[in-house]
Amino acid sequence: MTLFQATGLQKRFGARVVLENITLGIEEGTVHGIMGPNGAGKTTCFHLLTGHHAPDAGSIVFAGRNIAGLPPHRIARLGIARSFQIMNLFDDTVVIENVLLALPAFKAQTGRIFGNGFADRTLIDAALAVLDMVGLADSAWSKTKSLSYGNRRALEIAVALAAEPRIVFLDEPTSGLGVEATRALAALIRRLRTRYTICLIEHDMRFLFGLADRISVIHWGQVITEGTPAELMANKWVARSSLREAV
Amino acid sequence: MINLSDIPPKGGSPFILPMAAFLVLLVAAPFLVARFGLYHYLAIEIAIWIIFAMGFNLLFGYTGLHSFGHGAYLGIGAYAFGLFQHNVSISLWGGLGAALLAAMVAGGFVALFLSHRRGIYFALLSIAFGQIFWFSSIKLHRITGGEDGLLGIPRPPLQIGDATLALADNRIFYGFVAALAALVVIGLWRVVNSPFGRVLQAIRQNEMRARFVGYDVWRWKWLAFTISATFAGLAGALLAMAQNSAYPDVMSLHQSGLVVMMVLVGGGLVNFWGPILGVLLYFLAREVLGGLTETWLLWYGLMFVVMVMVRPEGLAGLIGTARRREAPVPPARIVETTP
Repeated sequence: MTLFQATGLQKRFGARVVLENITLGIEEGTVHGIMGPNGAGKTTCFHLLTGHHAPDAGSIVFAGRNIAGLPPHRIARLGIARSFQIMNLFDDTVVIENVLLALPAFKAQTGRIFGNGFADRTLIDAALAVLDMVGLADSAWSKTKSLSYGNRRALEIAVALAAEPRIVFLDEPTSGLGVEATRALAALIRRLRTRYTICLIEHDMRFLFGLADRISVIHWGQVITEGTPAELMANKWVARSSLREAV
Repeated sequence: MINLSDIPPKGGSPFILPMAAFLVLLVAAPFLVARFGLYHYLAIEIAIWIIFAMGFNLLFGYTGLHSFGHGAYLGIGAYAFGLFQHNVSISLWGGLGAALLAAMVAGGFVALFLSHRRGIYFALLSIAFGQIFWFSSIKLHRITGGEDGLLGIPRPPLQIGDATLALADNRIFYGFVAALAALVVIGLWRVVNSPFGRVLQAIRQNEMRARFVGYDVWRWKWLAFTISATFAGLAGALLAMAQNSAYPDVMSLHQSGLVVMMVLVGGGLVNFWGPILGVLLYFLAREVLGGLTETWLLWYGLMFVVMVMVRPEGLAGLIGTARRREAPVPPARIVETTP
């Protein structure tokens, strides 16, 4: 079943057309990759899909509902979570609060002006369970600022997962990671794919081809081709580009 | 470095040492001011400004929205209280209710325009609206009495059930104001540590992340502004009672700047108790330095400059650092080396 379908997306900033015509469908329970050279419009595409920008034309249908142009918080509450390429965390607080704030059970309590979020053991346990998924349970009560770069990346993913989403968008999760951390991240995504639908932008071709069920290649603001990793290896466009040598 | 979003060791429980110290100080204040040869009115002023500054810091420190026009809501509370006494009936609860409602409505209206903004744009717009209210209070002569202000505002007696307590005496009135200040501070302590308060702090830390986690940031900013304006309205009503009058001066940019300065000097950006320290420091400086020299504001201003330059976390930050120096040095952190 197609969980997420974007059709004919267009975006321009002033006179500059960044996205010409983006059409991609994401099947439920799969890992969908988005790749393309620098400046191809991958991140802008993500911004459209998650509501950071509204598209100038086109539709985005998620679980049978058109979400194009909805504000980000509405989209987030429908079950679409994302991480950021440039890390975006709540830095003044402890690690666990980043996750806590994203839990639906916590959001249901935010109207309680005299309640106490950190006294609720069930909430804390739920947040710890999410941290455990990404291997951060031991640092739950450390300052967010004190996390290493790789752990901050993992926390980014944990925040996205805490929202109990139906689909998770990851924007270049390996960016800046070393070989070891990249390997750990791939293992994490393999574990997550049994529970979530995942869409990721990635530069690291070896990483992406090893994980994705289908990949859309974006260039010049369009999806120039799409297919399984094996199909793409055989594709003449991909073969002609430098992408192939990277694999 | 201490931080507003540190999780208090006892959660949001108000049974903590600083709270006890604050309450003891509130009770002892009338005796302390008498002992140092100061007048009771000073204690009233301090308690009123504590309400104002603490409510203001919910917006300024906790939500990270820098309003420089908050004096307007103090003034609106004062005028609303006075107008209620003059035109509706002499009633304490009625007047306080009118002041809270007026400040809430005014704050809620202004917040409609401000909540889309951040940073410098938010600050400038808040000043602009503050000036509009201040100007109106001068020009709407028939309602506000213009520059002469609204005079002869009574202090209606406090009625609880059948019991009546006259508030005309400054010592008794202080008791009333102090009780409200205690309620406000305990209430705010709960609020900032509640899920509600944690979301406000999340918005300060990273508005974009809060939005993508699913919070309607606009609505939260609107709420924070409106709530803090309502606290200012309460302080304003008490100020009108204290002075038996309401003047446009209360709304001026000067007052709005004063509360910002108190919060910054006290350390409201890093500590819940910062605004209280700031209020205390200001009034003590006014009384002590003011007794020595007419140019005390110059010295206070210089102190502010030095504070911002060397210790931007304010008085609370200073105390925090001193306390950590006494504490044992934590074991050296293992430094990760990257190849």
